[in-house]
Amino acid sequence: MTAPEVPRMPTTTGEPLLVVKNLKKYFPIRKGILIDRTVDHVKAVDDVSFEVRAGETLGLVGESGSGKTTSGYCVLQLLKPTSGSVLFNGQELTKMRKAGLRQVRRDLQVVFQDPYASLNPRMTVGDIVSEPLLVHDIGDRRSRRRSAEQLLEVVGFNPDFINRYPHEFSGGQRQRIGIARALALNPSLIVCDEPVSALDVSIQAQILNLLKDLQAEFGLAYLFIAHDLAVVRTMSDRIAVMNRGKIVEEGPAEEVYSNPQDPYSQALLAAVPIPDPRRMRERRAERRKHQDVLAESI
Amino acid sequence: MPLLAVNNLHTFFKTREGEVRAVDGVSFTIDRGTMLGIVGESGCGKSVTMLSIMGLIELPGRVVDGSAVFQGRDLLKLKGATLEDIRGHEIGMIFQDPMTSLNPTLTIGTQITETLRRHLGMSKQQARKRAIELLQEVHIPNASSRLDDYPHRYSGGMRQRVMIAIAISCNPKLLIADEPTTALDVTVQAGVLDLLHELRSEHEMAVIIITHDMGVVAETANDILVMYAGQVVEHASAYDLFDRPEHPYTEALLEALPQVEGEGIRDGRLRSIPGRPPDLIDPPKGCRFAPRCAYAGLDDCAVVQPELREIRPGHWVRSRHPASERVAQPVGVG
Repeated sequence: MTAPEVPRMPTTTGEPLLVVKNLKKYFPIRKGILIDRTVDHVKAVDDVSFEVRAGETLGLVGESGSGKTTSGYCVLQLLKPTSGSVLFNGQELTKMRKAGLRQVRRDLQVVFQDPYASLNPRMTVGDIVSEPLLVHDIGDRRSRRRSAEQLLEVVGFNPDFINRYPHEFSGGQRQRIGIARALALNPSLIVCDEPVSALDVSIQAQILNLLKDLQAEFGLAYLFIAHDLAVVRTMSDRIAVMNRGKIVEEGPAEEVYSNPQDPYSQALLAAVPIPDPRRMRERRAERRKHQDVLAESI
Repeated sequence: MPLLAVNNLHTFFKTREGEVRAVDGVSFTIDRGTMLGIVGESGCGKSVTMLSIMGLIELPGRVVDGSAVFQGRDLLKLKGATLEDIRGHEIGMIFQDPMTSLNPTLTIGTQITETLRRHLGMSKQQARKRAIELLQEVHIPNASSRLDDYPHRYSGGMRQRVMIAIAISCNPKLLIADEPTTALDVTVQAGVLDLLHELRSEHEMAVIIITHDMGVVAETANDILVMYAGQVVEHASAYDLFDRPEHPYTEALLEALPQVEGEGIRDGRLRSIPGRPPDLIDPPKGCRFAPRCAYAGLDDCAVVQPELREIRPGHWVRSRHPASERVAQPVGVG
């Protein structure tokens, strides 16, 4: 790994790295022209608790509007939670000020969904990847550039293209740039928000394998947020299923997928198309059993 | 005689960099009442194929060559009003995005009755009655009261059901669905796919479903066409394609799919296909998949383009190294 200037924060194995407790995020619904008043709230995240241990992946899965991305943003403090606690490395993030959060973000990074929108089009690849080092005032120009080259190498992006701009690259290559940027400060936890949903299957596999390799090599923990149940399954040690702002089921990945307990998780898993035409009938029958759970969402 | 026979279709787009060979020699047939899945990744030409058949290609694109014979008439030769009579009447279409396919300023009822009056010459009352039946048929609850709602009152899944209702309103012989569930949540997708299945058997309607999702074709189609870089690389029955995929691309694509069932998934790696699809302005001379293929050797792969050939009854493949003829181990990357 590069950026040796940043010492890796030691974490005791088994100790949770991230503890989220009773997290709530309500968005007010306002009405009125002259007198602005709040008439109700959208409970995007409604009393959610989970933990992520060092080096493991917690998959947060759910459909659109389930609150999975909002939960991730509240962990990152990109959105201020309405209430609840976010403990990272023993520090309470919800009460921290900007300067404190900046220090925390060395250890807590993010990879966004859209590799087209999350990279500044006016910056070169090298500048994008080394920007975190600049923000944290690590090294000088030359060492930062060297770090950027090494980081790009690590994520399988040809460092010869360091002076090019993001628009010159495909979605998969851009996502590699985004991952290199997230790795720059040697974090212990990366929040991955739908990191492969904009990519084609063959490219998606490249990026998922890369994330697995990086985890094995650097002991990273992931909070892996996605709507694709198969993608979440392949990445996660434990899985939390979200529906309407709540976690309806949580457990080891194998258990949740092979024997879901909650009616919504059951319906969600039954709905996934399986690439095996011989099971078409069986799957259709299975889905009919859960129809009443889903009836409202049609 | 097949319901639709597409032969040697070529559709190119003129760009400043050169001519993009988006669809380059695509042929297939579909029989009455069957469901054909066309699957492939972005830019493989699956949507352009369908738009070409429907006469919906606009400049700078143009259909350069080929034919699409539907019930004895070549769609590619038809013009204006004749084509419009077929489109929406004998061939229905639904598109990916149900949010933008409906006019937000007209009620759902108006948008359904419009088609009925245009193609079937129904009176206002007749059309309204039929529209309610259609909404019931696509399982929209309280159909008669929902008819006067505007599209924004409908959820994504419901809007796609309305699009399906419009598409089937004139009892088409063929329904073309271009990524019909891509914008929908997985539980909503399941309902829409089940609906398509139900309608196909009830109306003896043929369906072409275009998708990037192998799971979606597996759960709907009788026959599957795999496209890569503007060409058909494999064409077989759904069972045969998933049981014994022949083309190295199809094989790799299936192995690249993350699985929801099974053990040891977390610790395994996915098969990834190195590189990315070729530039269609200047495609590889030989096999288009050769630069990414694990089996392309020092033989003709890079020089001579393989033909689409029938490797066993009903199973067509465009490769010099299909799985069942392979003796050599993969070269290089696996």
